[in-house]
Amino acid sequence: MGARGRKITGEAADTADAPMFELLGVRKHYGDSIAVDGISLAFARGVVTALIGSSGSGKSTLLRLLTGLLRPDAGEVRFDGCSLDAATLRQARQRMGYVIQEGGLFPHRTVLGNLSLLPVHLGWSGARVLERARELAVRVQLPEALLQRYPSELSGGQRQRVALMRALMLDPPVLLLDEPLGALDPIVRSELQEQLADMFAELDKTVLLVTHDVAEAAWLASRLVLLRDGRVEQDGSFAQLRQSPASTHVRRFLASARSLPEAP
Amino acid sequence: MRLLLALVLGLACMVAVAYAATPPPVRIGSKAFTESVVLGEIARLDLHEHGIDAVHRRSLGGTRILWRALRHGDIDVYPEYTGTIVQELLPDTPRGASLAQLRARLKPLGIGMTAPLGFEDSYALGMRTRLAQKLGISTISDLRAHPDLALGFSNEFMDREDGWKRLKRVYRLPQTDVRGMDHALAYRALASGAIVVTDLYTTDAEIPYYHLRVLRDDRHVFPAYRAVYLYRLDLAQRDPGALAVLEHLAGRIDVAAMQRMNAAVKLDHASETAVAARFLGLPAPATRGGLVHRLLLRSGQHLILVGISLGLAIVLALPLGIVAARWQRLGHAVMALTGVLQTVPSLAMFVFMIPLFGIGAEPAIAALFFYSLLPIVRNTHAGLRGIDPALLESAAVMGLPAHVRLLQVELPLARRSILAGIKTAAVINVGTATLGALIGAGGYGQPILTGIRLDDLGLILEGAIPAAVLALVAQGLFEALERAWTPRGLRRRTVH
Repeated sequence: MGARGRKITGEAADTADAPMFELLGVRKHYGDSIAVDGISLAFARGVVTALIGSSGSGKSTLLRLLTGLLRPDAGEVRFDGCSLDAATLRQARQRMGYVIQEGGLFPHRTVLGNLSLLPVHLGWSGARVLERARELAVRVQLPEALLQRYPSELSGGQRQRVALMRALMLDPPVLLLDEPLGALDPIVRSELQEQLADMFAELDKTVLLVTHDVAEAAWLASRLVLLRDGRVEQDGSFAQLRQSPASTHVRRFLASARSLPEAP
Repeated sequence: MRLLLALVLGLACMVAVAYAATPPPVRIGSKAFTESVVLGEIARLDLHEHGIDAVHRRSLGGTRILWRALRHGDIDVYPEYTGTIVQELLPDTPRGASLAQLRARLKPLGIGMTAPLGFEDSYALGMRTRLAQKLGISTISDLRAHPDLALGFSNEFMDREDGWKRLKRVYRLPQTDVRGMDHALAYRALASGAIVVTDLYTTDAEIPYYHLRVLRDDRHVFPAYRAVYLYRLDLAQRDPGALAVLEHLAGRIDVAAMQRMNAAVKLDHASETAVAARFLGLPAPATRGGLVHRLLLRSGQHLILVGISLGLAIVLALPLGIVAARWQRLGHAVMALTGVLQTVPSLAMFVFMIPLFGIGAEPAIAALFFYSLLPIVRNTHAGLRGIDPALLESAAVMGLPAHVRLLQVELPLARRSILAGIKTAAVINVGTATLGALIGAGGYGQPILTGIRLDDLGLILEGAIPAAVLALVAQGLFEALERAWTPRGLRRRTVH
């Protein structure tokens, strides 16, 4: 398996202007139903993009294609200038932080055990892991005492904070968030939304956020990609989508968010 | 998982040590009935008296097990009957074959036969005398007039060519209510009226005890069953002195003597050893150790059977379960195969292992090993397949290699299920291992087997109670292990 193109490394200085992710004519179907119907998109570095749409629109499938959990039936997924294939996948993944709705925390490991899994595999010392964990705990406002707890002993909001910490341990250039706040109650949810917004502004990461919540997307992302039936319905800023919707579906989808905040 | 490995290695060491210390004496076997055990003891004590070291593996099971063990070289000598040799062991032999003819046919198989010991122990049918009088039955032919009678035969008699099959054919017996059971149990069934007619041996002590009438074999179906010792011809070369001792017993045991010895064991509860010693005119040997000593010995044997078979099964079943969980199609094949193993009746499984492993602990361990596979493979498979796919995906997207995911995420999450599988296998094994006594593996099955043969409830309990206790202990131990091994995060069944 010769890696096509050059190896994925942390340096990649020569491609600083190339997109982080590229989808080239990607198709994916499950049985008879088409989930992603020939999408081509590029995601620039340092930009927070929200993938929005109703359930079944293909937004989660798209994210799973980017993580390599799914292989496209046709087309190509490129990460940092390289095609995602078996040879490059593992290294590529170590440069992505991934958070899902329920956090995906390992219930048999403590918070610290969850955070340390990948770093320890990569040869980090215990002290280094602990230092990084404390640093991140401060950033996501998780009490340090909780590092020794098990996920089942945490609240939903705390669990999502831990999931975020786990995704950030290696300080990856990319964050992939699949409905990360979907299961939280409104107060915790808006608290975390604010923290995420601060963090995105501060960390300068390429972020892809899947959400069905237009307000959340508008608040956190500078670019919105609205999907419908596996195709891109409209791609632009929140202001663009609101002022010149490409279709009645876009207008109706935006209108469904009751109280829209000011576009950032 | 590391603890488990240490456990397996420790057990393996224990066995290695146990085997290294075994010397090579003359090995005598006997079938699982009193007369055979007594004849085995007579041979052992007489050899011992002549300064020849001998061990006696008692109650190994039926004819086929002993014959295989002799041919395979696991034993050197065992008592047999000429009728059985003609009918069962050398089925092509004409019925009236002389002793010389039998020897000539045994020789190419590497087996020799001593001169007859004196008494004859033929198959016969018997029923309670009072009932026989009432129904007017005195010969086997008379049974034809009573098609409704319930017959209960020893399992061996049911299966043997010279047993029920031939009897039914020659006498054209019409009975349809015919059951196979243990010979010793048949007497009790007879006493309770559950069956009316059973097969018996003409030297059985129960004949007078239960007031039984031996029905005359008026068509001469049963051949002569003269008692002899069968031995391996290589014993004659290796230790001619031993053979001379056995030959010297020829003609010295008559029917009356044998019946007395059987009665002393079965009805007076004397030990076979004491009875054999009395026959040889030797001082009664020191009684085998006290209850505690016996219990310790058997517990050790039983634990070795269960521990090693379980340890080996874990070593194989865990990877099989992992493979089955990862590759669906292969998984189906693995599960089907281990499932089929589970359906083999346990006694048959034990006997199947004899040609491969001889007799003793090894074949029993092999059989128990096969029985342990299914619960462990199935639970490993189920445990791994039952993991929340979101967790598997999270681990995959982290960029962890497959083996790290398996060791750090998948196996720990499936641990509870895997442990439950091992627990099931252990508990089943403790019970099934009692059958190991049938093929000379010792353990708690030994007193159970002897107890059934001698109708001695105390002896049965001496094996059954510790076996039950051990099963409970195994269960409790694994449950404690499960609690200790389940991290706090998995103990509460909260879904996050």
